[in-house]
Amino acid sequence: MHDLAPLCALSGAEPRVDVVAGVTLTENPTLALASVMARQGHEAACRGHLSALLEGPVPEPGKAILHDPEASFWMGPDQWMVGAPSATHEDLAAQLRLRFGNTASITEQTDAWVCYDMRGDGIEDAIRLCANIDIDQMQTGDAQRTVIHYMGVYVLRRDPATWLRILGPRSSAKSLHHALVTAMRAAL
Amino acid sequence: MIINHPLLGPRDSSEFVYLGDASLLNRPDWQADDALEQFIDYGHTRDNPAGLHRELWYHEQGDRSWLVVTRNTVTHEITSVELARDVARTEGRFE
Amino acid sequence: MTQKNRLDGGLIDRSETFSFRFDSQYYKGHKGDTLASALLANGVRLMGRSFKYHRPRGPMTAGSEEPNAIVELREGTRKEPNTRATTAELYDGLRANSQNRWPSLKFDAMQVNDLLSNFFAAGFYYKTFMWPAAFWEKVYEPIIRRAAGLGSLSTQDDPDGYDKGFLHCDLLIIGGGPAGLAAALTAGEGGARVILCDEDFLIGGRLNLETYAVGGMEGAAWAAETVARLQAMPNVRVMPRTTVIGAFDHGIYGAVERVSDHLAVPEDGKPRQILWRITSKRALLCAGATERPIVFENNDRPGIMQASAVRAYANRWATTPAQQVAIFTNNDDGHRTASDLLAKGVEVVSVIDTRADAPTSSDYDVVAGGVIDQTWGRLGLTRIEVKMPKGGIRRIKCGALGVSGGWNPNVHLTCHQGGRPVWNEALAAFVPSGTLPPGMTVAGAATGVFSTHSALQSGAEGAKAILADLGIKASALALPGAEDTPVRITQFWHVKTAKRAWVDQQNDVTAKDIKLAHQENYVSVEHLKRYTTLGMATDQGKTSNIAGLAIMAEVAGKAIPEVGTTMFRPPYTPTAMGVFAGRAWGMDTKPTRLTPSHTWAEEQGAVFTEAGLWLRAQWYPKPGETHWRQSCDREVIQTRKSVGICDVTSLGKIDVQGTDAAAFLNKVYCNGFAKLPVGKVRYGLMLREDGIVMDDGTAARLAEDHFVVTTTTAKAVQVYRHLEFVRQCLCPNMDVQMISTTDAWAQFAIAGPNSRKLLEKVVDDGVDLSNEAFPFMACGEITICGGLSARLFRISFSGELAYEIAVPTRYGDALVRRLMQAGEEYEVVPYGLEALNVMRIEKGHATANELNGTTTALNLGMGKMVSKAKDSIGSKLSERTGLNEADALKLVGLKPVNPDHKVPAGAHLMTKGTEVIATNDQGYVTSACYSPNLGCHIALGFLKSGDTRIGEIIRLVSPLTGVDHDAEVVSPHFVDPEGDRLRA
Repeated sequence: MHDLAPLCALSGAEPRVDVVAGVTLTENPTLALASVMARQGHEAACRGHLSALLEGPVPEPGKAILHDPEASFWMGPDQWMVGAPSATHEDLAAQLRLRFGNTASITEQTDAWVCYDMRGDGIEDAIRLCANIDIDQMQTGDAQRTVIHYMGVYVLRRDPATWLRILGPRSSAKSLHHALVTAMRAAL
Repeated sequence: MIINHPLLGPRDSSEFVYLGDASLLNRPDWQADDALEQFIDYGHTRDNPAGLHRELWYHEQGDRSWLVVTRNTVTHEITSVELARDVARTEGRFE
Repeated sequence: MTQKNRLDGGLIDRSETFSFRFDSQYYKGHKGDTLASALLANGVRLMGRSFKYHRPRGPMTAGSEEPNAIVELREGTRKEPNTRATTAELYDGLRANSQNRWPSLKFDAMQVNDLLSNFFAAGFYYKTFMWPAAFWEKVYEPIIRRAAGLGSLSTQDDPDGYDKGFLHCDLLIIGGGPAGLAAALTAGEGGARVILCDEDFLIGGRLNLETYAVGGMEGAAWAAETVARLQAMPNVRVMPRTTVIGAFDHGIYGAVERVSDHLAVPEDGKPRQILWRITSKRALLCAGATERPIVFENNDRPGIMQASAVRAYANRWATTPAQQVAIFTNNDDGHRTASDLLAKGVEVVSVIDTRADAPTSSDYDVVAGGVIDQTWGRLGLTRIEVKMPKGGIRRIKCGALGVSGGWNPNVHLTCHQGGRPVWNEALAAFVPSGTLPPGMTVAGAATGVFSTHSALQSGAEGAKAILADLGIKASALALPGAEDTPVRITQFWHVKTAKRAWVDQQNDVTAKDIKLAHQENYVSVEHLKRYTTLGMATDQGKTSNIAGLAIMAEVAGKAIPEVGTTMFRPPYTPTAMGVFAGRAWGMDTKPTRLTPSHTWAEEQGAVFTEAGLWLRAQWYPKPGETHWRQSCDREVIQTRKSVGICDVTSLGKIDVQGTDAAAFLNKVYCNGFAKLPVGKVRYGLMLREDGIVMDDGTAARLAEDHFVVTTTTAKAVQVYRHLEFVRQCLCPNMDVQMISTTDAWAQFAIAGPNSRKLLEKVVDDGVDLSNEAFPFMACGEITICGGLSARLFRISFSGELAYEIAVPTRYGDALVRRLMQAGEEYEVVPYGLEALNVMRIEKGHATANELNGTTTALNLGMGKMVSKAKDSIGSKLSERTGLNEADALKLVGLKPVNPDHKVPAGAHLMTKGTEVIATNDQGYVTSACYSPNLGCHIALGFLKSGDTRIGEIIRLVSPLTGVDHDAEVVSPHFVDPEGDRLRA
């Protein structure tokens, strides 16, 4: 076991938590991520492996499958993100490579993203000041890529629906956090 | 503008990057006798229609699909949106 | 001061009294007042000076179309110039100042312009200040600006926030008058997702301004009840204080919500305003109508207003501009003002109706067939003179004159997509045409149906039709009973004998100006507009355009529709710049990307610079270093002598996988990649299809079907976009998958002769870093620090023995600390961008300065890299003759002959003995620095046939910086030209 200590995306040893008018924004460093992209000619087999992993259908465009321990959302044609708790899946990409074999290209994505969980009543009002998505129409299990203050992000509506997960570029974690907290203070 | 993405439905045009004429899908054969002339044409010669125009848009802040959008340059009405990859497979010159 | 013109009733809340100040005087008003209504209640009619002639002016309207009552609202950092007093919502402690006057509103020195009006006619500025050209900037413009200035800016940062927000709906209803409310009820009850926007703080439109009953109750009460019903519907969003400012493509509307303008200071964290981008499936424009004035002699005195505004002030705000009011009208609606005023106890001294068949009244005096001939009162109306139908002049004392020239439908938003309104002769007004913005329909007075009943009906029916179109079934609204008075109007635009009669009061355009423009052959309405500035003020001619057109039609001998109309453009009302900026302000203009070592670098006292969106350490000052060069030189020397560390995370990284990954890279790089062995890195040059260099970088082959491609920091996004274009559009059948991994990995360069020794201290046992096992351009996946997976690349930008090591980003901070610790015995230094730049110039490596969008592989001395044995993007067009001239620019090094001389980037190269003219230009300097290793300034640049001119003494010229001296052309590789150090 190596002896380097990880930092959270906001540079703290511990994740940051903000509360505005009962809505919490929590930095979530416990997520392992890897992308799965089907190899050409192996699309069906790739979907089969993903389906087996998720014990059900694979996410269609604009959707996520909120399954435990591995969950997934659609990123692009024949392309998905798979997430799992990092405590049990720190080597998620390696695990997936074993499972998918030559049917998919797997890329480690854990540290490409910062993950924020926004929870509480009124999250929609905060999102309306951030992103051009029809948040009221988003149901649990919907996943959309959008832009928050010039940063490309994924917004996922989780279960319960008062819980949004926002994945943004890790190097911009501070700017994204600032944008979200500013919007929460303005809207709530 | 709103672009009706074939997979994701209506998306705001601010998520997209514009490239230009969809004729860029028809890249010439580098080994043709007049390859240089063909490439000059491919690289620089464009129609500029007042009306229907097939053009390439990239869903950069979305699923990263390149799209072929048929747009009326006068009214901005969009009548067709296709995945460029599908169009390239059926119409383009590729290897 | 008492509210001497305050009447009974109204929709103000008398239980809340607000104190406010206008200029130096304190006044009292009530909640529900506007600044204009409160001032009128206090007997103040004079609120501003006109733009050009500095004429005394008061409010002409009671709404957002106001041209005259323009003030500076608030003070200090929150001062906002050019704000309409007629829409400014009163709050306790409000401060406002009149503008465009000096020294005071009542005595304005610039009113001399009014006496000189013969000189200031249309086109005055164009004609007078033409010559000499040099006078424009220094003499004419400052004088004109001072004389014709509007309000002044605070010149301090706005302390308040502005937001941008996004809304989505089935139906956007613009305007909350009877039509809008009926539509919202219909659509809301039908279950559609509805947004109802109204610019007023009290929704209801003219229902709040009139005395008409709706459904057996007061119109205002019905409006309030309806708004309450709508607010209780979860599918309806009711947005008061929200102006829809523009109609854009595909059902997108811009709306400004004034969240905090009615407060002295916004609540903590709340924005002052929000710019909403509303994406609608359909829109129903219920924007109502605007009453237009009649043009007559001295028609701009304070107290002369729209008749509808006079009754609006009386009915809603319980105030009157004066106790004695006259009315001038060409239609029945003017008489409505007279009866409403009488009901409020205001004396109506006379109704002058231009029509010979004007209705008569037992309650007030009517002059049928009369016109206003002249008005009096320097700072406010005192008297009118009426030309009687049978001849003769009648003088009437009054403090206010309500003018009604008929009503114009508010068609503005129907024009934002190129639609042109059409003339309706019966209404004597332009109404929306058939070419509306797609998805928009119009209802109520905005379509030219003016009675309350027909407005309610057209709103309800409009909404029902829209819902049916969207596949939503809505039941018909049970319409409340309301008046259904027909429009009776006889066109009358201006009193022809008038000499000084204002058409556009905000821009001070008179009837005479329009006639003059016609005389000078400005026949197109668009030219008329620009020549006279008619309709070009902040109100976009809402009250003036039609009279201007009518006068133009008359002098041209045409009908109004033949003259045409000018276009209305967004924004519908003046909009603060701040709201367009939103939160994109200062450092929030764009996101900031931080490197994994940022916190550590801050601890070291690093100075940061922006590189694209990234903040990167520029240099790391040590105690005692007072100039950046001292730090930079030390970092360079120590790195070349021992070892240095640099965070290079910001370089773009793209994971490329698939069985065709090598073939794909072979396509996008002009040099070959197919045969790159696993475990090796290769430099790659990427061309645009036109043969110009796009970017450079490296590709490391981690497996047969797996590469890691790097890009420059600046081009990471464009290169990724380009690769996706090639993958999807040009090579759709290749088996290639890509994803960006820039943020996923923390990457550090470890450079210098001791870099291997340093690294050996952190890599795990069994990782062999010897030159044989891990030679120059090797790459591999290793473990460090007891098991952390890492990627190691033996590549060098500095020209030294060097490595780049990458670990998952979360460990970047710990790794840089560990590397610095391990390097202590070698006196390792962190180095910043400046040192990195010096070392790459010393080595002759290109960056964005050289890959500047005009240069080719040939220019860079890499012409032979462009493989002719394969097809790659740009290879064919790089063969173009123009890119391959015999004297093409070549990358060279430059050393000043006098070692004390600098070599500024941007300087031009001239052959000795030739004249310094553009045609003799031989090239230019791209990158320059002081080289601590060579002890002089050095530079890279492009020189015609540069590769054959090594040793030549050339003239360096930079007229901008006063540089003109000699430099020697040398190889661009100043340091270790054979590359021995790289391979050590």
